[in-house]
Amino acid sequence: MSDKTTPALNCLLPITVDNLSLAMNDRVLIDRITCQIKGNGITVIMGPNGAGKSLFLRCLHGLVEPDSGQVYFAGEPPSPAIRQRQSMVFQAPTILRRTVLANLLFVARQRGMSNSQTSIDCLAQLRLDHLAQHPARLLSGGEKQRLALARALIIKPAVLFLDEPTSNLDPTSVDTIERNLQLVRQQGTKIILVTHDLGQAKRLAGDVLFLNHGKLSEHSPATSFFKNPESKAAKDYLAGKLVF
Amino acid sequence: MSIYSDSLAAAFGLLATADSDLMEILYLSINVSLLSLVLSCAIGLPIGAILAIRQFHGRDTLVGIFNALMGLPPVVVGLLVYLHLSRSGPFGWLGLLYTPQAMVIAQMILITPIIIALSCQVLEDMHEGYKDFFDSLVVPKRTALVAYIIDARYSLMTVILAGFGRAVSEVGAVIIVGGNIDHLTRVMTTAIALETSKGELELALALGFVLLSISLAVNFLAQWLKASAKRRAYV
Repeated sequence: MSDKTTPALNCLLPITVDNLSLAMNDRVLIDRITCQIKGNGITVIMGPNGAGKSLFLRCLHGLVEPDSGQVYFAGEPPSPAIRQRQSMVFQAPTILRRTVLANLLFVARQRGMSNSQTSIDCLAQLRLDHLAQHPARLLSGGEKQRLALARALIIKPAVLFLDEPTSNLDPTSVDTIERNLQLVRQQGTKIILVTHDLGQAKRLAGDVLFLNHGKLSEHSPATSFFKNPESKAAKDYLAGKLVF
Repeated sequence: MSIYSDSLAAAFGLLATADSDLMEILYLSINVSLLSLVLSCAIGLPIGAILAIRQFHGRDTLVGIFNALMGLPPVVVGLLVYLHLSRSGPFGWLGLLYTPQAMVIAQMILITPIIIALSCQVLEDMHEGYKDFFDSLVVPKRTALVAYIIDARYSLMTVILAGFGRAVSEVGAVIIVGGNIDHLTRVMTTAIALETSKGELELALALGFVLLSISLAVNFLAQWLKASAKRRAYV
C-alpha cells in the first residue's frame, strides 16, 4: 500500500527491537528478533499459528517482559510514560460492565480527558453513537471490537497495536475498522497490526514482518513481500501451503 | 401435621400483634447481625481486595486458610471468644461477656472469613479479566481496584448478603458468649433453642418460621439482584 499522506511527526519512532528473546517452559517463543520499525505506514506482523506474533506484539507494547533484548522507542527504553502514548486492541476485547459511553469515558479519564463530547464523537466515528447508553456487554462481537478500537483511539495514541482485531467479524465491521485505521494512520499514528487475513494485509500493509517459529524470517516493504517474498516460509505461507 | 399449621398461625399472630417480646428479639437479632456484618465488611472487603490483586509470598496459603475458615464451627468460635472475654481471660477486664457486643465479636469472627474468601474470588476474577487492558492503559492499582468494585458490585452484594444470612441464622456462638439472657442478649436463634428445651415446640417453631422468612427474604433479594444484573449484562 502506498503512503501518499504526509507523515505527522511521531515522537515514538523509530521502534528499535534489539535481539529480543523469550522462552517459557524451556520452549523458545521469541528467538533473537532484531528489527527497526519506522515510517508512517501500517506495519503488519504475519506468520502461521504459534509463530509468536501476539507475544511479540505484547513485548513491543511492554505487557510481556522479554528474557533478553530490548525495545526502544525513539531511542528510549519502555516506560509508563511511553506506554501512556500507546494503545492496544486485543483479539478478545475486555469490555467493562458499564454502558458503551462509560467504557469510553473510563479510558478518557485515565488520560485526564473529561469532555464527554469527545467520547460521543469517537463513538460516532465507529458508528456506535446510537448505542452510547447501551450495556456494553450486550453488544455484538463486531460492535465490541469497534468499541475497543474507539477506546484505543480516544487517547490519540502515537503507536497503536492491534492483535487480530477483525478475526471473525462481518465485512461491514471489518470495513469500518480498516477505514478508521487508515484515518488515524493519516493523522500520524503508527499502527502495528497482527493479522492472518492476507486480503487485509494487502489492503493495509506498508511493511510486513513475517515470523516463523519465533524468528523473524523476513521484514520487507509490503509490495515486495507479496510479490516476491524472500524466505521459503513466507513463500509457502502466501501460497497457502502448510508452514511447519 | 397440625403442629406446623398451629405454629404458622402462631407466627402470624405474634407478628400481627407486634408482640413486644418478639419485636425485642427480632430487633436485637437484626441489630447484632447488621453490626457484625458492617464491621466484617470493613475488615474483610479490603483484605479480600488485597489478596485478589497483589501477589506476595504466602498469598496462596492465606487464601487457602480463609477458604477453610468459612466452615468455622460456631461453637468453637463461641468457646474461644468466651475464653478470651471471661473474667480470667485476656480481655476479661472489658466486661463484655454476656453482652450484645460479645455476640457481635463472635459473629464477626464467623462472617469475616466468608466476606474475605468470597470477595477475593469475585475480585480475582475481575482482575484476571481486566488485567491486560488495565496494564495496557497503565491504570494505577487503586483506580483498577475501584473499577473492579464498581463492575462487580452485584456479585459483591451477594457476598455481603451471604454474610448476613450466616450471621442471622447462627446460634452456637452467640448462645455461649451471649448467655441467652432475656431482654438483654436473647436473639431469634437462642430463643428457639430455649423454647425447644422447654418443650414449647409450637412457639419455637413459630419463631423458626419468622427466622426462616428473614433468611428467605435475604436470599431472594440476593437472587433478584443477581438476576437483574444479568438482565442488564452487568454480571
